[in-house]
Amino acid sequence: MNVVESRGLGKRYGRTWALRECTLEIPAGCVAALVGPNGAGKTTLLNLAVGLTAPSAGGLTVLGGRRAGSPAALDGIAFVAQDTPVYKTLSVADMLSITRSLNRRFDQPYARARLDELGIPLKRRAGKLSGGQQAQLALTLALARRPRLLVLDEPVAALDPVARHDFMATVLAAAAAAADGVSVLLSSHVLTELERVASYLVLMSGGRVQLAGAVADLLAAHGRSSLEELALHYLRETAPEVTR
Amino acid sequence: MATLTRPARPGEDDAAPRPLPWRRMAGVTWRQHRIALAAVAVLLGALAVYLWIVGTSVHHAWTAAITCHPVGSPACQDLAATFNGTWNNMSIPTVLLQVVPALIGAFVGAPVLARELETGTFRFAWTQGFARWRWALAKLAALGVVLAAAGAAFGTLLSWCYQPYSAAANQDLGLYGNTPFAVAFGLREVTFPAWALAAFATGALAGMLIRRVVPAIAATLAVYAGLAIAAAALLREHYLTPLVTSNPNLPGTAWLIAQWWTKDGRFAFAGNPPDSLLNQFCTFPQSPSGKGGGPSGPPGPPGPTYAQCLAPHGYANWMSYQPASRFWPFQWIEGGWLFALSVLLIAATIWLVHRRAG
Amino acid sequence: MTALTRPARPGEDDAAPRPLPWRRMAGVTWRQHRMTLAGVAVLLGALAVWLWTAGTPLHNTWATAAACHPASSPSCQNLISAFDSTATNKFMGSKGAGGVLLQLIPALIGAFAGAPVLARELETGTFRFAWTQGFARWRWALAKLVLLALALAAATAAFGVLVSWYYQPYEGVGGQFLGLNENTPFAYGFSLREVTFPAWTLAAFAIAALAGVLIRRVVPAIVATLVVYAGLAFAAAGLLREHYLAPLATTRLDLPGTTTDWVLGQWFTKNGRFAFGGNPPSSILNQFCSSGKAAGPSFAPCLSPHGYVQWTSYQPASRFWPFQWIEGGWLLALSALLIAAAIWLVHRRAA
Repeated sequence: MNVVESRGLGKRYGRTWALRECTLEIPAGCVAALVGPNGAGKTTLLNLAVGLTAPSAGGLTVLGGRRAGSPAALDGIAFVAQDTPVYKTLSVADMLSITRSLNRRFDQPYARARLDELGIPLKRRAGKLSGGQQAQLALTLALARRPRLLVLDEPVAALDPVARHDFMATVLAAAAAAADGVSVLLSSHVLTELERVASYLVLMSGGRVQLAGAVADLLAAHGRSSLEELALHYLRETAPEVTR
Repeated sequence: MATLTRPARPGEDDAAPRPLPWRRMAGVTWRQHRIALAAVAVLLGALAVYLWIVGTSVHHAWTAAITCHPVGSPACQDLAATFNGTWNNMSIPTVLLQVVPALIGAFVGAPVLARELETGTFRFAWTQGFARWRWALAKLAALGVVLAAAGAAFGTLLSWCYQPYSAAANQDLGLYGNTPFAVAFGLREVTFPAWALAAFATGALAGMLIRRVVPAIAATLAVYAGLAIAAAALLREHYLTPLVTSNPNLPGTAWLIAQWWTKDGRFAFAGNPPDSLLNQFCTFPQSPSGKGGGPSGPPGPPGPTYAQCLAPHGYANWMSYQPASRFWPFQWIEGGWLFALSVLLIAATIWLVHRRAG
Repeated sequence: MTALTRPARPGEDDAAPRPLPWRRMAGVTWRQHRMTLAGVAVLLGALAVWLWTAGTPLHNTWATAAACHPASSPSCQNLISAFDSTATNKFMGSKGAGGVLLQLIPALIGAFAGAPVLARELETGTFRFAWTQGFARWRWALAKLVLLALALAAATAAFGVLVSWYYQPYEGVGGQFLGLNENTPFAYGFSLREVTFPAWTLAAFAIAALAGVLIRRVVPAIVATLVVYAGLAFAAAGLLREHYLAPLATTRLDLPGTTTDWVLGQWFTKNGRFAFGGNPPSSILNQFCSSGKAAGPSFAPCLSPHGYVQWTSYQPASRFWPFQWIEGGWLLALSALLIAAAIWLVHRRAA
């Protein structure tokens, strides 16, 4: 099953095409990394996948043929947006309760145990948590929904190295869980982190997909030894203004 | 890759640099608050157009009424009644206009600090080269001055609108008399900008304390309502000590505050005479004194009719009032304390900005 | 670290799952909007206390004045004039400023409660959380808006009952001759009654919700709501209200409900043809009415001998309740329409 499948997908804002002719088949069971410079269209693609916005051209299905944004799709996908938006004036307990009400499946014991482990108090207002704690809260809520696909938009951009490491470790553990592991689609431009976790790569720049495939296959095909090297080489060729 | 170099300039890295000039804040304030100021301009402009149209017709009716001769003829009576009738159209807008200073002040004042705190942009604004207390002072002073100026202009227009009613009170043409104190006192050249400024200052302080925009606006409106009601009902009549007289013929323009009766120099009772005295001394039926002049005019003082039957028995009727000549002193007193309050609130806001940790 | 395991459940991953029950939105709505609802409760509560403390002495004064016999004695006249002076009180009298200022309350409640519902999610970005949950976004919006609307309607309906109770002495004397100033139940405080107060609040709420989703920022949405509401309220009071039912026209000089009917206009006809509207022109006045009477119905005595007939169009006081229901009805329909539009925009809106 393909968790994300698109044919000629495109999205236009006014006159500008943020995404063009995007054809992808991301298989289930992977941790797929969406890599590219700012403005490459990563956030647009993720917004399309979770139904926050509608395509201007082409089509997109998720979780084996469900239309993106449909109730069936939303049921199986958990999304953590950039800046991990939570209701800043509500307490952590309120956020738990709201997420439980709005979803079919919610593993309340898991969520509580995890927040406890992370040292995030239930009574504190979400706006008063540190950046790392907010990100962990958003991730906990997403994972507690028992999704089949976890979509993360630049989740570690604002985190310190320790928080970043813990966050990615959690994601990895969720993906690696036996039999019913979660597929992950995450965007980032911190290449060194992705090295360790990604098994599938989608490289984007200028609103188009430049490269897509399993990491091992791509490395072998292009004769590169690391993801970073591969990505930088490709991005430099297609978007010369990208800097290190 | 372009490298970043800093040319050495002597004296640039002083330990105690001179503060940046105040005028730099003019552009900053304009850019950040131009939408709010534009909205205020649109609101006042639209109301001004409306008031101009209504005011012109009121002035025409007034001029027609007073230039009509002979005074007692039905035609002139009719013109007088037409003029009196214009008050029907003005009375409700008069009340509604009292919320305009509140709205302007709350919607312009509350977001100045609350929006910075709510969205986190204070972390940008207060780490620039311009000290944060100076930043706050420049912004609040500039916006306050603009609001006060716009309010003063609008208040002048309002005074022009109400001028025939004030003039009518002085005429003996049977025209409707409207005490210049009681209604629309807060809508004149001095008090309108003063109330707008007070609302603005309240909004700024509320924004600093509450740190969220919409609750700060709501709190400002609530506080303003309390203050306006307190001023109108409690404070205003005491700005200067009322005059006291036993002369039953008060001019219609005076603002009657209280009345009481004495007998043989000692206080007897306040307000209307008690039933016992009435039944004892006043044997003829009294006409109900509720029908004053005009649709919602004040009742004529009931003093004279009661006085006729009580005076022969040693009762004297006293009234305390504010004469119409005190209108402008009252305006300036109210404007003064509102201005002082505004300055105080703004100073408190700036002090909080200066002191606030993180 | 806590491990995440997902036990396999057959049928759990239907391609077309049954929608989640509506009642789940109750908790969500309460948690997100409890401060707003508390604010409305505090505001209405404070106003209710004020109306109660001002209204109880008013009712007492009226009761003693009405029960006093004989009505023409000085002591009874005294009581009557005491009641009258409260009636003409500039703030809380029957035509006082308090009644006008109370008309702002539905606008403020509706705007401050309705605008943030959608605008705050859009402004702060939390819609990216709220609209990617398992509860479809149009259902989420519908449930929230309807729940909040019901809560506001209930609270303001109760408040409207209190307002009606407060003004009841002024209308109680409409048909009686207690010497009170005229008070038409129509013109004044019409929108503050049991039916119209919640209806206007609901309309403001609906305008605010739609403004919120269109403008996407809370404070501008509040401002836009107040402006639109003001226009609608003035249009209703100045233009629409008198036409809810076709006015009656009569040649009688004394209307059945002398001070309680709502006079809309008057005109004169001569020999069956329209002569002039409103007050007679100066030429006719000088010709026929030279004895200096005041304006009003008393023009008829000097004009009718010359063939002029005075007509008055009015709405009888008995139509008060039908008018309340008509106004409440169209406001409710408008609110439903605006809320439906807001939900449709939420459903269709691309981020």
